[in-house]
Amino acid sequence: MTTIALPAPRLARLGAHPALAGSLFLLVLPWVAPYPALATNVLVWGLYALGFNLVYGYLGLLSFGHAALFGGGAYACGIALVRFGLPWWAAIGMGVVAGTAVALVMGLLATRTRGIYFAMVTLALSQCAYFLAYQASGWTGGENGLRGVNLGVIRLPGMKLDFLHPITRYYVLAAFAAAALFLLARILASPFGAAMEAVRENEGRARACGYDVRLVRLQAFTLSGAFTGLAGALYALTLGTVPIEVMDLQTSGLAVIMALLGGAGTFFGPFVGAMLFVAIETLVSTWTEHWPLAVGALFMACVLFFPRGVWGTIVQRFR
Amino acid sequence: MTDILRTEGLTKRFGGFTALNGVSVGFRKGALTGVIGPNGAGKSTFFNLLTGAFPASAGRIFFEGQDITATPQHRYAAMGIAKSFQITNVFPQLTALENVRVAAQALVARFDSWRPRARLTGLVDEARALLDTVGLQHRAGAAAGTLAHGEQRALEIAMALAARPRLLLLDEPTAGMSPEETRDMMDLILQLAEDRTVVLVEHKMRLVMGVSERLLVLHHGELLAEGTPDDIRANDEVKRVYLGQRAH
Repeated sequence: MTTIALPAPRLARLGAHPALAGSLFLLVLPWVAPYPALATNVLVWGLYALGFNLVYGYLGLLSFGHAALFGGGAYACGIALVRFGLPWWAAIGMGVVAGTAVALVMGLLATRTRGIYFAMVTLALSQCAYFLAYQASGWTGGENGLRGVNLGVIRLPGMKLDFLHPITRYYVLAAFAAAALFLLARILASPFGAAMEAVRENEGRARACGYDVRLVRLQAFTLSGAFTGLAGALYALTLGTVPIEVMDLQTSGLAVIMALLGGAGTFFGPFVGAMLFVAIETLVSTWTEHWPLAVGALFMACVLFFPRGVWGTIVQRFR
Repeated sequence: MTDILRTEGLTKRFGGFTALNGVSVGFRKGALTGVIGPNGAGKSTFFNLLTGAFPASAGRIFFEGQDITATPQHRYAAMGIAKSFQITNVFPQLTALENVRVAAQALVARFDSWRPRARLTGLVDEARALLDTVGLQHRAGAAAGTLAHGEQRALEIAMALAARPRLLLLDEPTAGMSPEETRDMMDLILQLAEDRTVVLVEHKMRLVMGVSERLLVLHHGELLAEGTPDDIRANDEVKRVYLGQRAH
């Protein structure tokens, strides 16, 4: 990792550079987490929720099919490594490409609808993707999962990194997550970011201004697919295998839960939500297998009392 | 004089109800044309067809000689047609300045998701100038949803102007306004009509009579009369329709 040689910026100035603040946080995360594997989980799921948040939080489109994008990225990365023997960075690239491509196809169909219909169409399409992955066991391993997505030593120009070492692995993945944060900040600050705000605020007005609402939605969904596909690829590398469950309904629900827990439509909300989720899962599952009960209770409390999510509520308080 | 906008047998049916029936008219380039008619005459339907919000059931619409009947609504701004809505319609959580900026941006950068929007400084300058035109420069930083009713209507006009329209369509721009706000708005509309074609759909007859060069009168979804304000005032049919109603 490179050290950031900046004249120590004040907290307020950091707020104006959310991607930088987020990257600094990722830098210290493994030292505050109980163990590095936990921090890695937060990274992967945070990135997944971030991709979902791009369409839900910033555009108001509720997708119940993000598992197909996540799973598409995970399988593409795994298949590139296991079946084609591509180098690790190319495999991650394939994950991003696959997530984007699946999103484009799903988006072409789903953006014809909106509201509950959008949620239903994405859900149905992701179920199709699930069964496709289930049937194509020659490629995906079917219900046994895709095994052997193992990385040992990875080579970068001038250095060798031991991917099996938990801290090293964390920082390799964190570099991708930081890049994603910078990219997201860039998108939100771009003219297209303004178009997304306009469509979310007032669809009819945006159309009258000259925005093709459907295309704005399609582009946002496709960009979301790139982030989600990246998260899926990193997930495959962390786990060393791609279980069929990456494509199932529960994975789609995870994105919704994490984004809402943390705060949809905020920059850090998805990461905060992922952190909470992983923390509860880790802590509560040590003494009961019914840990999802705790997540469910917190989720309901959030929806009822903190509709802006944990991070969204904090941001609002300090504004 | 040439017509900038022309309709041929324009018809709109909602189920079995015909809201607009075979209207064929032309709007002269450079003129301020008023569209009037009693409640239920089909004014709003006519407006929504002209601005592409509703598809026509029959008939055609031509803009600068081109058939635009089937053109999707989001292309209108780029063609040079802009509108203001009858019901206030802004981006409530965005600032007044960003409302106009994002409207101006629609013409130049819709899908650019890489460059910082702040770098398109020309758009910000343009948006500030437009806020100035409608008298909202002092409210640039306020969230649009917090503006007073009259201010929101003015903001809408600024957003419509951001498309640099050659044809500006306004649907009851003074609805719900105080007499003072109404006067300001009419002054603004007259000023805007100096350099572009304006179509003003309005319920208040006296207001339109005073400013329009040409008038169209709709009644029961059909074109009842067409001409200068003097022609319309002298028209017996129009008198009969409006006498039953008591014009405003």
